[in-house]
Amino acid sequence: MSTLSDADRSGRIESGPSDIAELLAAHEHKSLLRMLLCGSVDDGKSTLIGRLLYETQALYTDQLAALEADSRRSGTQGDELDFALLTDGLAAEREQGITIDVAYRHFSTERRHFIVADAPGHEQYTRNMVTGASTADCAVILIDARKGVLRQTRRHSYLVSMLGIPHVVVAVNKMDQVDYSQERFAEIERDYLDVTERIKLQDVTCIPVSALRGENVLVHGERTPWYQGPSLMEYLENIEVERSMIGSPFRMPVQWVNRASSDFRGFAGTVVSGAVRPGDEIVVAPSGSRSRVERIVTQDGDLPVAIAGQAVTLTLGEEIDASRGDVIAASDEPPGVTDLIQATIVWMHQEPMLRGRSYLIRVGSRTATATVAPLKYKLNVDSLEHVAATKLELNEIGVCDLELSAPVAFDPYRENRDTGAFILIDRITNETVGAGMIEFALRRAQNIRWQEVAVDRSARAAAMHQIPCVLWLTGLSGAGKSTIANRVEAELHRRGHHTYMLDGDNVRHGLNRDLGFTDADRVENIRRVAEVAKLMMDAGLIVLVSFISPFRSERQMARALFDDGHFFEVFVDAPLAVAEQRDPKGLYKKARRGELRHFTGIDSPYEAPDNPEIRLDTSSLSALDASTAVLELLEGRGVLPPGS
Amino acid sequence: MLDKVHQVSGLEANGGPGSYGLNGYLSHLDRLEAESIHIMREVVAEAAKPVMLYSIGKDSAVMVDLAMRAFHPAKPPFPLLHVDTTWKFREMYAFRDRITAELGLDLLVYVNQEGVAMGVGPFTHGSEVHTDVMKTQALKQALDQYGFDVAFGGARRDEERSRAKERIFSFRTAQHTWDPKNQRPELWRLFNARKRKGESIRVFPLSNWTELDVWLYIYRRQIPIVPLYLAAERPVVERDGTLIMVDDDRMPLQNGEQPAMRKVRFRTLGCYPLTGAIESNADTLPAIIQEMLLTTSSERQGRVIDHDSSASMERKKREGYF
Ligand SMILES: Nc1nc2c(ncn2[C@@H]2O[C@H](COP(=O)(O)OP(=O)(O)O)[C@@H](O)[C@H]2O)c(=O)[nH]1
Repeated sequence: MSTLSDADRSGRIESGPSDIAELLAAHEHKSLLRMLLCGSVDDGKSTLIGRLLYETQALYTDQLAALEADSRRSGTQGDELDFALLTDGLAAEREQGITIDVAYRHFSTERRHFIVADAPGHEQYTRNMVTGASTADCAVILIDARKGVLRQTRRHSYLVSMLGIPHVVVAVNKMDQVDYSQERFAEIERDYLDVTERIKLQDVTCIPVSALRGENVLVHGERTPWYQGPSLMEYLENIEVERSMIGSPFRMPVQWVNRASSDFRGFAGTVVSGAVRPGDEIVVAPSGSRSRVERIVTQDGDLPVAIAGQAVTLTLGEEIDASRGDVIAASDEPPGVTDLIQATIVWMHQEPMLRGRSYLIRVGSRTATATVAPLKYKLNVDSLEHVAATKLELNEIGVCDLELSAPVAFDPYRENRDTGAFILIDRITNETVGAGMIEFALRRAQNIRWQEVAVDRSARAAAMHQIPCVLWLTGLSGAGKSTIANRVEAELHRRGHHTYMLDGDNVRHGLNRDLGFTDADRVENIRRVAEVAKLMMDAGLIVLVSFISPFRSERQMARALFDDGHFFEVFVDAPLAVAEQRDPKGLYKKARRGELRHFTGIDSPYEAPDNPEIRLDTSSLSALDASTAVLELLEGRGVLPPGS
Repeated sequence: MLDKVHQVSGLEANGGPGSYGLNGYLSHLDRLEAESIHIMREVVAEAAKPVMLYSIGKDSAVMVDLAMRAFHPAKPPFPLLHVDTTWKFREMYAFRDRITAELGLDLLVYVNQEGVAMGVGPFTHGSEVHTDVMKTQALKQALDQYGFDVAFGGARRDEERSRAKERIFSFRTAQHTWDPKNQRPELWRLFNARKRKGESIRVFPLSNWTELDVWLYIYRRQIPIVPLYLAAERPVVERDGTLIMVDDDRMPLQNGEQPAMRKVRFRTLGCYPLTGAIESNADTLPAIIQEMLLTTSSERQGRVIDHDSSASMERKKREGYF
């Protein structure tokens, strides 16, 4: 294996130019397998990928020459090629501090094209593996024959099962190091089957290999005559993946409505499961309207059928309304529709997931808002135990309910990866912070329905002769929030308005007595206050909220509860030094002495507003000027009648 | 449920290229095609003002064909943008104008006029400066001037090592820089295209394609390509082991250099002074594909600017190179 003759590498084409037509036809019918490769450090992942690339001639001479030179230089494998060096580029990148969640590599055999997702990185392993697994048809789990089934093996297997990868092959590597022992292999196989008992993996195959020597990688080796099963490549070439979603009920999330002309209205999307034909009865979820497929429009002409995996455009018989976010589905097997789900969530961001916080959720092509209910538990991926928790940190997995702002169409993830998966997006940074799998829909607890009320907000407001609104004062402790709020309220009262003030300290003595100052509690604190403010505004009042409210996303959440023009974010801005020097309640001194933990500005962050309705710099404005500015703002926006 | 499978697999394949799906499964190319179309539709649904970068090469040809398919019977709802360094092969310009007219597509051509005024070119300023001013800077200027928030590019992950980990949706700051530490994970078919004002996204719908896939697809769909990809007698000189075509009289000949007619073709197309030709007899698509299958050197060898390491590619990308 150490040197390459041309004969070794000519396998790609065994025929002369006359067979080019055949060759093209063969390529035309190649199928695709996406696989995920899992293993712990030094199990031989790089060696196996290198071996696969090398033996399928996916390497070019320039790359090979570099590999030979590197192998000679590092000398780890004597005269032989050290395949591990091929993919080592990633190590260098890691040193440069680049996050690589997954690297993708390609190779091809006569029957199939392969895309390997290689998820390196150890700290980030869960996040990376989940990303690579989400699109994989098959997982290859590496085990070092000398070490056997390890904690990591269990962890990888669990994630593979959670992500619903249908086929798993366990490559027991480094068989050369255990003298190709049949007993050792059988022992590992038994241990592994024990693991799968507990995590419900369905299709598992174990293969003894030596990535370094090439045993049972592409072809059957001679050193394991006792092994009768397929080589790794034989296995990979033969598993059935293409049809796996065709047998499921038809689903097509609508991506985009095509209005090519005034009389054409097509719904463009990818069929994610099942098949569809003209004439089929369909239902549009969540609305529930029914229709019939008229045409399957493509540039090649109309199709008689479209199957899972195809990107098509459908036109429907009766004019019904469907738009991006809807799912067109088989009418006899419709998807579920719900605004309350239980889900397994993998957290992918430094900032933990907090209960009560709301995120954007993407399910299929639908975007909605999801509010996190208290975590039911998080999972210990090694012991598979349920652990009580209030938040989910980076790389942790938990189960909780999500309340959605609007009903969405879905299927449980284990039935349909495409309509059962979602991502969570931070509303401020727009980053993808979590990935989730829908387990099932919940009925709303006690079936809370909004009471129809005859006397509504506008009726109550009219009786009070005012336009209700919320003034949300945010800023550091000591910035001047309460002083300004008090003055504004006094002036409103003088003008005959009905007001109420919610003050941080006061609320913490009652309603929020159970909450502390951790990030999670702060989120809950603000959520409750925002809801109370909303009720009061509904009652017709002008509500002043005076809270540090240090996090942008909670203020955003509060804002989202109110109609435009009824929520005024007032940024009471004073430099930390000024606030600290004022220190009206002596809190900064305490915090500096370490007697107060999680104090905003000292050991807990304050995120200044990006676009407040008004910013009051209290290091230069007097309290009177500041409160006048607030009143003028309300007058300017038509909430208050002009200066009285 | 089972009978559906049988019905589908029982359908006769109608034979020939592009009969996708009818024999009950999707081939590798079918799946790549569907994925790219899915990506393009996502962008159009989420972006405020998308644009497709059009480099006239084979990858662009495939992208344009996919866009025609994705939005059929409508035209792609975005223009093409050619960032013109003014040093492309003459056949490329002719091809560009002909194809976009035939397809009825909107074409924007952007030239960095400052660069032109300063007389920047590969012979006078070297490939680094030329590429930076006429390509990287020009691209930023064009995106800013038109206010495009998402730009499709034809890069593939198999092109070189630093691309293997590039996301399909790649985020750029308002200054067009790439922050490799801050890229979003991409799961399932769910792409997160949200961004703040000023930020933009480069989207690579061909990420999962290989060079071979591109050729097979061009063959399957009979997509027109610039004739320079096919072997023909062309005037070339050999410099530092690279065959450079003498495409116009802006090319200064060095002492004793004499353009000679050789049968050559190009694996990748860029500025003619920076693009190496290979000797070849492959003058049909099947012949190119066959050569591809036998070839043993990687595609980018022909690009003079890529001879530097992949770390420098990394750096270029951070600075806004596509
Ligand atoms: N003896 C033997 N050594 C192997 C085998 N596969 C990998 N190795 C060695 O194990 C070490 C770690 O391999 P590498 O591929 O870098 O592991 P990775 O960290 O999983 O990518 C290297 O020294 C390899 O040469 C094998 O099948 N047999």
